[in-house]
Amino acid sequence: MSIRIEAVTHVYLPGTPQQVTALDDVSLEIADGEFLGLIGPTGSGKSTLVQTLNGLLRPTRGRILVDGQDIWERHADRRKVRQRVGLIFQYPEHQLFEETVFADVAFGPRNLGLGDDEVRARVTEALRLVGLEDPDLLRRSPFSLSGGQMRRVAIAGVLAMRPQVLVLDEPAAGLDPAGRREILGQIRSLHRRGLTVVLVSHNMEDIGALAQRVVVLHQGRVVAEGTPEAIFGRRQMLLEIGLGVPPVVDLLQRLAEAGCPVNAGCFAVEGARDEILRWKLGTGPARRAAGDRVAGPRAGSGPARPACRAGRGRGRGH
Amino acid sequence: MALRDVDLEVRPGEFLAVVGPNGSGKSTLAKHLNGLLLPTAGDVWVAGINTRERDRIWEVRRITGMVFQNPDNQLVATVVEEDVAFGPENLGLHPDEIRRRVDEALGLVRMEPYRRHAPHLLSGGQKQRVAIAGVLAMRPRVLVFDEATAMLDPVGRSEVLETAHRLNREEGLTVVHITHFMEEAVAADRVAVMDRGGIALLGPPAEVFGQAELLRRLGLELPAMAELAAALRRAGLPVPPDVLDVPRMFEYLVGVA
Repeated sequence: MSIRIEAVTHVYLPGTPQQVTALDDVSLEIADGEFLGLIGPTGSGKSTLVQTLNGLLRPTRGRILVDGQDIWERHADRRKVRQRVGLIFQYPEHQLFEETVFADVAFGPRNLGLGDDEVRARVTEALRLVGLEDPDLLRRSPFSLSGGQMRRVAIAGVLAMRPQVLVLDEPAAGLDPAGRREILGQIRSLHRRGLTVVLVSHNMEDIGALAQRVVVLHQGRVVAEGTPEAIFGRRQMLLEIGLGVPPVVDLLQRLAEAGCPVNAGCFAVEGARDEILRWKLGTGPARRAAGDRVAGPRAGSGPARPACRAGRGRGRGH
Repeated sequence: MALRDVDLEVRPGEFLAVVGPNGSGKSTLAKHLNGLLLPTAGDVWVAGINTRERDRIWEVRRITGMVFQNPDNQLVATVVEEDVAFGPENLGLHPDEIRRRVDEALGLVRMEPYRRHAPHLLSGGQKQRVAIAGVLAMRPRVLVFDEATAMLDPVGRSEVLETAHRLNREEGLTVVHITHFMEEAVAADRVAVMDRGGIALLGPPAEVFGQAELLRRLGLELPAMAELAAALRRAGLPVPPDVLDVPRMFEYLVGVA
């Protein structure tokens, strides 16, 4: 299922002194089966954008097309859109409310008017997708679970609606490293099963590890868009708007700017290790070593610039 | 059992980072540091005062100030300076003294320009700095950050962390920083790693982050640069143990032949 955002502007409290333009002429296409990373500093419009995606907010101007259909057209079925585009807010466990895990996950499917068997099947399936297979869990109160488990129950509640697009706002916030790995692994496998995923996060390492394409929002506008490599290649821009790059990228770019022969286009620890070993121990094509210790930016040294450099200058307003 | 048999001395003037998986007892430990929780068994002394001494609990809470996770839950007033004045007002101080303390506290967190702003319109990092100022206005000797960076964006996180380090370095405040972000522990004097209510590891960052295997077993991970350093060491590059962040890694790499 594809989503097209056409010239969307969203103004809160229009005509009042508190008027805020949260989205300013945003156009964006989310392709079927894509894994999109959405990044931007606090207040950049990310939350407004994700709420317009499934018709929770009506844009002041512009159109949202889901599979080609304008969702604010007079006869559009927005209820259906909301089922197909599942939204998982920050700290979704705060929205748990039922007495048992089963009842909580079943709440959505029941509201669809499905029969008991179908509801049960969906609850089981949704809990399995988030790695909660223990049948004893169904009867427990969601509030007796650990934080990470509660969050997964909340996500299961959305999956039980069988959405085709999953939009997650900081799904790993507040979790420890193991909990974070687990939940991100599950999101990755949901994507592999064919779900379109939009991940909103401040964690650049997570975005780098998961997203196929990254969109950067700043002051309500899309200021950059591209592969994670291309986006992280624009460290200066990211720093200026209050984001950053993953530490590995930060290191490689500083080295490259200082004239060291490393390719700054990778963002995994293994990639950085290989780049550094090739430089230091000559275990690869680039062989420059001690003599290359030059401080300050220098152009033209080292191996070919990574593809990300090509992304320079595409931003607006900076 | 949230905590079991914990022995720990927070040294005057140190920056202690506390890390550990969810449910390992970090926040429970924090709440013992100013008597919000009292131990089932054992004792906690804050500057020589046992937190069980009921009539001195307010003294304990003035010495140990807490900053919590959610910036929106800690601010009480509609104007920044009034929020910071809330604590000193409750101490019944003279208005001149209150003003002095508010000025000083806002200065320490670099939020003077926002003194007449509405807290709810500030960024997450700014709100946390106002919360810190509110604590500083009580003139504490210890600051406990209970996952105070967890809900912030990268800039907000570094604002709060830098403020904590500056207060530690320049004002001599003792800091206990509880966090999920291993990166935030690398500049601490010591790191305590908690596991199932106990302290599994305690030492300088270079030592603690040298224990990759143990940390992994506990469900934690190394800061990215520590992981890179370990990988380089395995390949034969003798990276020193204190290379734990990007500036030091950069310096090391351009400094060795």
